[in-house]
Order: sequence, then structure tokens, then C-alpha cells
Amino acid sequence: MMDSLEKASSVRDLATARVKIEIAGMSKWYGTFQVLKNINLNVLEGERIVIAGPSGSGKSTLIRCINRLETHDAGRIAIDGVDLTDDLRRVDVVRREVGMVFQQFNLFPHMTVLENLTLAPILVRKMPEAEARDMAMQYLERVRIPEQANKYPGQLSGGQQQRVAIARALCMNPHVMLFDEPTSALDPEMIKEVLDVMIGLAESGMTMLCVTHEMGFARQVADRVVFMDAGEIIEDDVPEEFFAHPKNDRTRAFLQQILSH
Amino acid sequence: MTQLTLAPVRRRISAMAWARENLFSSPFNTVLTLAALYLIWLVVPDLLDWAVFRATFTGLDRKACLGADQGACWPFVTHNLDQFIYGHYPEEERWRVDTTFILGIAGLVPLMIPRAPWKRLNALYMLGFFPLAAFVLLSGGRSGLNPVDTSYWGGFMLTLVVAVTGIVLSLPLGIVLALGRRSRLPLIRLLSVIYIEFWRGVPLVTVLFMASVMLPLFLPQGVTFDKLLRCLIGVTLFSAAYMAEVVRGGLQAIPRGQQEAASALGLGYWQSMWFIVIPQALRHVIPGIVNTFIGLFKDTTLVLVVGLFDLFGMVQFQLSDARWSTPQTPTTGYAFVAFVFWVCCFGMSRYSMSVEKRLKQGGSK
Repeated sequence: MMDSLEKASSVRDLATARVKIEIAGMSKWYGTFQVLKNINLNVLEGERIVIAGPSGSGKSTLIRCINRLETHDAGRIAIDGVDLTDDLRRVDVVRREVGMVFQQFNLFPHMTVLENLTLAPILVRKMPEAEARDMAMQYLERVRIPEQANKYPGQLSGGQQQRVAIARALCMNPHVMLFDEPTSALDPEMIKEVLDVMIGLAESGMTMLCVTHEMGFARQVADRVVFMDAGEIIEDDVPEEFFAHPKNDRTRAFLQQILSH
Repeated sequence: MTQLTLAPVRRRISAMAWARENLFSSPFNTVLTLAALYLIWLVVPDLLDWAVFRATFTGLDRKACLGADQGACWPFVTHNLDQFIYGHYPEEERWRVDTTFILGIAGLVPLMIPRAPWKRLNALYMLGFFPLAAFVLLSGGRSGLNPVDTSYWGGFMLTLVVAVTGIVLSLPLGIVLALGRRSRLPLIRLLSVIYIEFWRGVPLVTVLFMASVMLPLFLPQGVTFDKLLRCLIGVTLFSAAYMAEVVRGGLQAIPRGQQEAASALGLGYWQSMWFIVIPQALRHVIPGIVNTFIGLFKDTTLVLVVGLFDLFGMVQFQLSDARWSTPQTPTTGYAFVAFVFWVCCFGMSRYSMSVEKRLKQGGSK
């Protein structure tokens, strides 16, 4: 696995890659409480970033701002050079390019797995139904559950549901994938099957931002690990450095807690 | 009572065991069971005695129902049945009502059977073709049909016209109002709240009086529109407010994540509402929706106060007929009306229960 990954990394030339997501001086408040403080973060095309930090540090809010499920109050977010503003057409453009996977899966319970996957391509991309179905089946094979296509989400295990959710996001052919704690709601024995799918996705060169506590995944896949605390980015480094020589006290304390058992 | 119908499911348990579990499981339940049995013993024999054993079934006028110790006077119903069904609709045009009824049943039955094919075409027929056909057939004045003024409409036919129109129109209107009340736009939210609270705050009788007596005073001279139409609008707007609150309850039960997932996939507001949120919300509130339907169905009797004669109104009207004036006639007439309404409402209730059960099992449409 590591070999193939390193090969994949060497093919990707991040030094010359262009900036995919640009976040500059971005802040957000809930009432008087500041959840995000002057966030600066550039994500290159094909880059894989893991965002870690204690709960309440604003990491979920940060990635939810990127596809505007939350609005930011100051600074700017640009995707492919398109500024995210109140302009709804721009928001739609961005959402079509950015896929998202949620902690609670958020599959549509009244539709079959296949219908979950084909809904957006048919409605938003205006894809013919047969074509959408073929594509959905391809992605279901990629997440290794084609046999579940005609079941309802409620009939699947948590791990299977999350893999369906990943396939559903991929069906829109996004350039960027956001993961909001994708394994936190899963039973331990199901975490691996989801991480395997994510690793496969990373190998294919997808630009990824993952909020996760899976430090093994971060070590193996991430190009950079971003550590957040109290609404600020306080560490941003390659995984080798991040885990071996954390520079900030809070990072050290967090790593000690999360890696000690 | 409903527990009795569940009995066959537990076939392996003996009757005694079933009774112990369902009727005598605690001292309180035992008391309730005995009280219920006492009530049944009190009511049912007398009712049967009146409706069947002491009742008259044939006869041409009141003389048939004047015996000593007389029960129900059913000839009053059978003799006037046409009036109860069609009101004062001209006799030679009544085939038009029958045709409308058959067209409606032909569309409704396959729509209600889950396995029947061509659901989309069927729905299109019921929501597009049928209302148009019913309108042309019943009111006439087109395609060579003689016009029949709505003041001649009456009986069960009128009950159905008011109830079906109200039911079919109030649901979509209620959904829009429920969405409006949850809108992020303050103006739309305010307007929805005002609408809902206004219509919920006034009695239906007032609405019907306003529509039929007051409204013409505000309209310019010479502008009139049909009294039945005014009632239909009143009933629809009234029940839409109730429907809105029922649907809102369902909308609130849908986790925020559903809409977020839809947004993240690029669906717009109306798309995510129509395909994701509303279908799930309506499933949650089927009992409430049917409750409102049943309430509306029974409220149709109130059109009597503005001079429209629905089934109840027609029966009431015929009671003044001297040819059938006996001590038992009113009771018989009202029992008949009650029975017809009960059958309709009970049917709706059972059908909604089967829909709920089906949705719980499969999760399919």
C-alpha cells in the first residue's frame, strides 16, 4: 500500500500544481462567539489535507464553509478562482464541483441506493437516466457494494451506508472531496472498509480535505496535516514533521492524548 | 375494539391466553373490559331491535310506519334515495352524475392499489382529465350538454364535490404554506403565519356565511359568482390552514442533514424540498393528514347554513315531507346519514393505516 502511494505521490507534482482552494483571512462568528479566527489555507490541486483538532475547534465549520453550508463573515474563500459570495449561481457552481461526505451519512432513506446515486446527476447534470444508472453502478463497484444497489439505506450497515454516501458524492464528478468526520459514527470494525475506499480515492489523485481523528490515515495518505484549536490553525505541516516534531504545546498535548492508547 | 381485529395474527395462542393478555392483563384493564362489555350489552341489542327486528322495510308512505312499537322506517330512505344522492339535479340529466362517479372510481381504484401499473399516467388522469371532465359533465353548457345550475346540485353528490375539491386542493396549498412558515425570508414567513392563524381562528360557519352573504356586498354591482364556488373556496382555504400545521410537524421531523446533503449535491431549494424533504415529511404525518381529510369531509355538512343541500341537508329537507311524517322518520333519516358518513370516514381511516404499514415495511413509494 505504502509503495503504491509513494509512487502515486511522485507522479503528482505538487510543486507546480495550481491552487484549487484559497482561503484568506477568513473569520466566522456565531453571535458574539468567534468560531473561526483569521483562517489562511491554500489547497493545491491533487493535495490531500487532514484537519485534526479537539472537538469544538471549528474544523467541521471550516470545511462546511467551503461548500457554503455555512457562510463566512470576513475574509475570502475562492474555489478555482471563483469567490464564494451570496451570489446563488456561484454557490451552485461550487457545489457541483465539491463533493461532501457527512459524519451521519445523510443518505435519503426513502430512496434505494441506486436512486440516491442517480438523483443529482439526473436533476442537476441533466444526465439521461440509463447513463446515470451505468455510472452509479461503476461507482458502487468502486466502493465494493454493487450487490446492494436496490436496497434501501436502512437495510445496510453503517460502513456500507458511508461507502454509498462516498459513491453518491463521486457520481457528481467533483474535483474536490470534503470529508466531515466520515468514520466517527461507525462501529470500529467498519472503519477500515471506509478508510480503504478513501485511500483508493486518494490514490486516484482526488483533491481531498478530511476532518478526522484517524491519525493512521493521516500518516499514510495526507500531504499535510492541519491542526486547529479554538478556531485557529496553529500547526500546518507534512505528516512526518507533524507527528515527530510538533511545534506547538497544544498540538503535543492533543497528540499525546489521541496516540497514547 | 381494534385489538379484536389483531387476534388472528397470534394464531398459536389460545383464546383464553389471548383474552388474558389483551383484556385482563391488569386490574385496571379488567375493569375497562367489563365496563366496555356492559356498554355493548346496553346498546347493541336495543339498536338491533330498532334497526332490524321492529323496523319496516317496505311501504309507499307514512302509513307503513305507524304501527305500535314501530322501529326504523326504512322506506323513507329507499323511497327518497334518488333525492339523497342527486339532490334536485334534473332527473333526465342524472346519468351525467353517474358517469362522473364512474370516471372517478375508475381513476381512484387503480391509484390506491400499490401494484397497479402506470401510476404516473393514472395520477395525470385524476388530477388533469378527471376534474375537467367532472366540471363539464356536472355543470354542462358545453359539448351539447344542457347547463345545470349549481343551485340544483345536492345530496351525496354535492357532499362529494365539496369534500373532494377541498381535499385535493388543500393538501398542496397546505404544503406551500408550511414551507412558507419555515422560510428564511421574513416577509413570506409573516404572510404564511398571518394566513394560517387567521383561518384557524375563525369558525367554518363564519367563513361560509362571509363567503355567501358578506362577500357579494363588497363586490361591485352586477359581479356575482357562483355560491357553490364561493363555498368551495372557503372550505379549501379553511382546511389548507389546518393542513399547513400538520405538514409543518412533518417538516420539523426531518433532520437538517437531509437538506444539507441535497444542497451539497447541487440541488436547489425546490428540488431538495420536492424530492427529499416533502416525501419524507408527508410519510411522518399521514395520520394527521387523514385526520384533517376526515374533519373536512364531515364539515361539508355545514354548507347547509348557506342554503346548499348536501346529503345531510337533503335528508333534513325531506323530513318536512308530510307524506313521510311519522315519529320514527327523523331518527331513521339521521341514522342513515350517520351511517353513510361513518362508512366513508372509516374507509379513509383504514386505507391510511394500510398505506402507513406498507411504507413502514418496504420504504418504497
